[in-house]
Amino acid sequence: MELNRRQFLKLSGAGAGGALLYSIASRGAALGATSPRTIPLHKKVGESPTICPYDGSGCGFLVAAVNGKVVNIEGDPDHPVNRGAACSKGASMRQLSADNPRRLSKVLYRAPGAADWEAKDWDWSLNRIAQLIKQTRDANWKAKDGNYTVNRTEAIAEVGSSALDNEECYLLIKMLRSLGMVYIETQARI
Amino acid sequence: MAEKAILFDPTKCTACRGCQVACKQWNELEAVPTVNLGSYENPPDLSPNTYIKMRFKELEYDKSLEWLFTRRSCMHCTNAACVEVCPTGALSHHPLGFIDYNEDLCSGCGYCSQFCPFQVPRMSGSSITGIRKASKCLFCADRVTNNLIPACVKTCPPHALQFGDQDQMLLLGRQRVKELKAKYPDAYLYGEDELGGLHVMYVLPHKPTVHGLPADPRLPASTTVWQGILQPAGYVLAGLTVLGLGLNYLVARANVKSHGKG
Amino acid sequence: MTNHWNDIANSDCVFIIGGNPAENHPAAFGHITKAKERGGKLIVVDPRFSRSAAKADVYAPMRSGTDVAFIGGMIKYVIDDMLANPQNYNMVYLKEYTNASYLVNPAFKGPADLDGLFSGYDASKRSYDKSTWSYQVDDKGIPKKDMTLSDPNCVFQLLKKQYARYTADKVSETCGTPKDKFLEVCRAFADTGAPGKAGTILYAMGTTQHTNGSQVCSSYCVLQLLLANIGVCGGGVNAARGESNVQGATDHALLFHLLPGYLERPLNTDETLQKYLDRSTPKWTDPKSANWVQNLPKYLVSMLKAWYGDAATKDNEFGYQYLPKGSDNYSFISLFHAMYDGIIKGLMVWGMNPAVGGPNANMTRKALEKLDWLVSVDLWHTETGNFWKRPRVNPADIKTEVFALPAAASFEKEGSVTNSSRWAQWRYKGADAPGVAKPDLDIINDLMIRIKKLYDADAAAPNRDAITRLTWDYGTHADPHKVAREINGYDLATGKLMVSFAALKSDGTTSCGNWLFSGSYTEAGNMMARRDLDDSPFNVGLYSKWAWSWPVNRRIVYNRASVDPNGNPWDSEHPVIKWDAAGAKWLGDIADGGYPPMAADAGKYPFIMTAEGVARLFTAALPNGPLLAKGMADGTFPEHYEPWESPVKNPLSGTQNDPCIKLWAGEMDFKGDSDKYPIVCTTYRIVEHWQAGQMTRNLPWSVELMPEMFIELSEELAAEKGIANEDMVVVETARGKVTAKALVTKRFKPFRMNGKVIHEIGMPWHWGYIGLSTGDSANVLTPNIGDANTMIPEYKAFLCNVRKA
Repeated sequence: MELNRRQFLKLSGAGAGGALLYSIASRGAALGATSPRTIPLHKKVGESPTICPYDGSGCGFLVAAVNGKVVNIEGDPDHPVNRGAACSKGASMRQLSADNPRRLSKVLYRAPGAADWEAKDWDWSLNRIAQLIKQTRDANWKAKDGNYTVNRTEAIAEVGSSALDNEECYLLIKMLRSLGMVYIETQARI
Repeated sequence: MAEKAILFDPTKCTACRGCQVACKQWNELEAVPTVNLGSYENPPDLSPNTYIKMRFKELEYDKSLEWLFTRRSCMHCTNAACVEVCPTGALSHHPLGFIDYNEDLCSGCGYCSQFCPFQVPRMSGSSITGIRKASKCLFCADRVTNNLIPACVKTCPPHALQFGDQDQMLLLGRQRVKELKAKYPDAYLYGEDELGGLHVMYVLPHKPTVHGLPADPRLPASTTVWQGILQPAGYVLAGLTVLGLGLNYLVARANVKSHGKG
Repeated sequence: MTNHWNDIANSDCVFIIGGNPAENHPAAFGHITKAKERGGKLIVVDPRFSRSAAKADVYAPMRSGTDVAFIGGMIKYVIDDMLANPQNYNMVYLKEYTNASYLVNPAFKGPADLDGLFSGYDASKRSYDKSTWSYQVDDKGIPKKDMTLSDPNCVFQLLKKQYARYTADKVSETCGTPKDKFLEVCRAFADTGAPGKAGTILYAMGTTQHTNGSQVCSSYCVLQLLLANIGVCGGGVNAARGESNVQGATDHALLFHLLPGYLERPLNTDETLQKYLDRSTPKWTDPKSANWVQNLPKYLVSMLKAWYGDAATKDNEFGYQYLPKGSDNYSFISLFHAMYDGIIKGLMVWGMNPAVGGPNANMTRKALEKLDWLVSVDLWHTETGNFWKRPRVNPADIKTEVFALPAAASFEKEGSVTNSSRWAQWRYKGADAPGVAKPDLDIINDLMIRIKKLYDADAAAPNRDAITRLTWDYGTHADPHKVAREINGYDLATGKLMVSFAALKSDGTTSCGNWLFSGSYTEAGNMMARRDLDDSPFNVGLYSKWAWSWPVNRRIVYNRASVDPNGNPWDSEHPVIKWDAAGAKWLGDIADGGYPPMAADAGKYPFIMTAEGVARLFTAALPNGPLLAKGMADGTFPEHYEPWESPVKNPLSGTQNDPCIKLWAGEMDFKGDSDKYPIVCTTYRIVEHWQAGQMTRNLPWSVELMPEMFIELSEELAAEKGIANEDMVVVETARGKVTAKALVTKRFKPFRMNGKVIHEIGMPWHWGYIGLSTGDSANVLTPNIGDANTMIPEYKAFLCNVRKA
């Protein structure tokens, strides 16, 4: 490792006098001072309550952010399910944040037969998806099954949603059923 | 102000390893690139990016199987070799009992790493010419001096880790050992007496060596010698950067020799 | 869960089977530790010695797929002990609160008579005519009873007969469990049958992912009812759910067979609203039964009012005809077969990764190639969204149009999720999402606005009104509070939010998106956001003012079974509810139904959600009501059948497999036999990773803890196969093969059954070909075979072989 400027300055005379004093002071404290040395917290602990996105325990967490960026996530000490605790998944929640370069941050599109993704905007993509849904639904509409009126499409399916919020689940099922969809499955099945 | 301690009860630990990650989360430590090493245990060892890790051991015992989970981290000794040998005062006894570490003061000499009876402190940086720093569990010094409990203790779902006044932890530990005696005759409170009392105590169901802990940890005899010579020298050297780096070099070379490839 | 997470601390015995909370629900261990500190015992039954097993007072190994044999043996143990020592059991509970005393149709025959089958089996249809699965009734239609439990046709005697074959020796022979370990489990758990004692069963997908998984669940219910453990503190049958809102997604019916709030889907034959209601509303004549589900019409009509608003009128059956109707099975396995067969042309994937998580993953991935288009909404790139560039395929050959839409994470938006305890908990936005990622709520809203516009412009589109008339007034950015209020429901006359579902009506004057959640967001505010830790009056950990629990904030369901017929708690130290005679009201939890105690004139039986009003030890097939009221597909009692792929002949009968499972015959459906594949294989999760992996295999900290896919096998099997720890090994089934590192461990042991040695191996299923950590997917090994009732795939027991790579 190269000796960079910051480390050099820290180690060289610029910091040595202070360091020496600090060291002596700390020894003195250990030998019988009554008030403990307080070391300032190096970051915010958390203020925004959330619920863990992993298993179904529903543990509480507190998120601390600076300018919208997460600096700390740890268990919510008041939460009756976990009382501040977090397993290795919960404790790693911070790496789900926007800081993780693997998070999707763009709308991506893969044309038929293409070898890779290309970036698109929301407007183009959602218009295209809406068109595809309408084309597929209308072209594969099943008004009757034998003598019975059934008004459904079997050509579009939806899977997932167990990671969504309740409000999202509700809007999703309302949308899907209105389209006449029947192939609808969530993670509960598997 | 009462000294503080952590009490670890492996009989309650489920090895979820929330502690390993919570430590990294709080201390801003990066993940270590690694591979599966034939067990659930990872990363392979303590390192400048790993202050705490859990050890896994399968033990056939009394015709049944046990899966032992043991914490590996700084024990925050009362008679602490690292403090004794630290030439710059970077390692010191905090009034709350734990071993405080001030990285700014560390000259990278590596004595702490060499003399720790538990082989805990690790050195970062180039071992020969560059700047090195020691690293180890900080007892979440900023948290505990601000009325927060250490990140590893707070995150522990089965309450295998507890934190509080050392006296209180001793009582809890002794009580728990008493409960365990019926099933585990070797049950033992590790850290009550070892090295003048550890600020991380373990309620052990088996003998310490079964858990991978030294049965009778001691200060290496040489530490007392080093202490008298090197510590005062360290204070002087801290002001003399060039010589400091020279010392760095000497000790680092010794470390490389003594530690081999590891 | 019948109970809730905190309640585990009240238990005298926590029985974990088919689950591994130390790894998959670690927070549970906070409460299990408390139970143990109070003197409670922990039992773990699992094919391998898991991290949960490492904490058990009693651990018993059990071959995967033999759960019903194990629990059946426990049921026999309890019945025998109960007859010898009735003073050790709560016989009032058994006689008054279950159907033990009900007389069954004398024509009914069970597996003890019919070599593993029940009366009415039609082999050509692989299904039962359930007409004999009925009660003897009096002239008012009320079931006849024998309170002495001695009539040979009473449920108790039939139950005793059913499990007489499940002796400890037979259990040991079937499950591979050492007999002494099995009996140790029996003794420890049977102790909770004493009045005032409680035992809980904590389970997960190790229970359900079998061809008879539903019957495994039923077996837990039977055992817990015999022990009077349902409704009480520290008791219950508790499913630990695997995703943060899989409970909510189920409640809101993102499932083919349901509408929100567990309402029936309309079948082809439900031509009118009235026909639908007549078929699915249970009828019962016993006046002591609340038969709560008879309120179904109020819930369905209120839901239609929430969906179609003013366009839902009495004259148009409240918009009932806008709903699609279907009678076929559209479940997950069926869905991917339909995709493979080209029936499904477009797929929306909302936060899921079926290319890793679905069974027979090679077929799942091939099926995706048949799609015209695929939309994946996620935080990450997934194997599913990237199936067209998976290893060994040429993207140019795949014509599917694919979208990857970036979604906001849980803490980058606001809304509620429902945990296993049924608690709906509100969470807040704490940070910004990356780039243009946005909440799913906005994505759904924005997409539907565009779809509605297309249909507004096309008067010729089929069943267009279902879309154009759907209420969708959420603006450009949907407010989760507005949606939560719609779910809660309104009194349309006053415009006020509903207080609970009790006041919902079937005449169109109330709206409610999901009756189960009525009461979650009232005029008093957002109940799901509450943070009050008050635990009065009984301090048993109900935390009734923390968040909000469905139904009606009830924390322990069936809680009327926790008191005697006069309303006094069986366990005075841990009461759930208690009748205050002076005040004529219940104290404690929200009582089931609110009626006075059963012994009072206006009292009701405690199990208000069954038509009978009592709990079912025998699952009769009732003439009306929702699907479940019509009986299980595969019998009135749980009966042991071997997994679809098994190395042994069924030791308990000549019926090898569950006789009602659907057998698939697609070109990629393969069954392995035990000559070629003699080793049992199971799959599971580990604490360090989650589900199909995208939420952890992309996180450096999680990857550090468990960097690679691995396969666990016993020292004995490793020695037989010449495999050393850390060797690369190949596991192969009739469907596919995986290569991964071997972990040779003492935690798997060969099963010795009747002198025969059966090996079992296991592996996590988290890995795939996309992410920071990649590896082979266990699900290329698993079969497309599902449970007879739910079609949940049998991921937990199938056959394989293993060799050094």
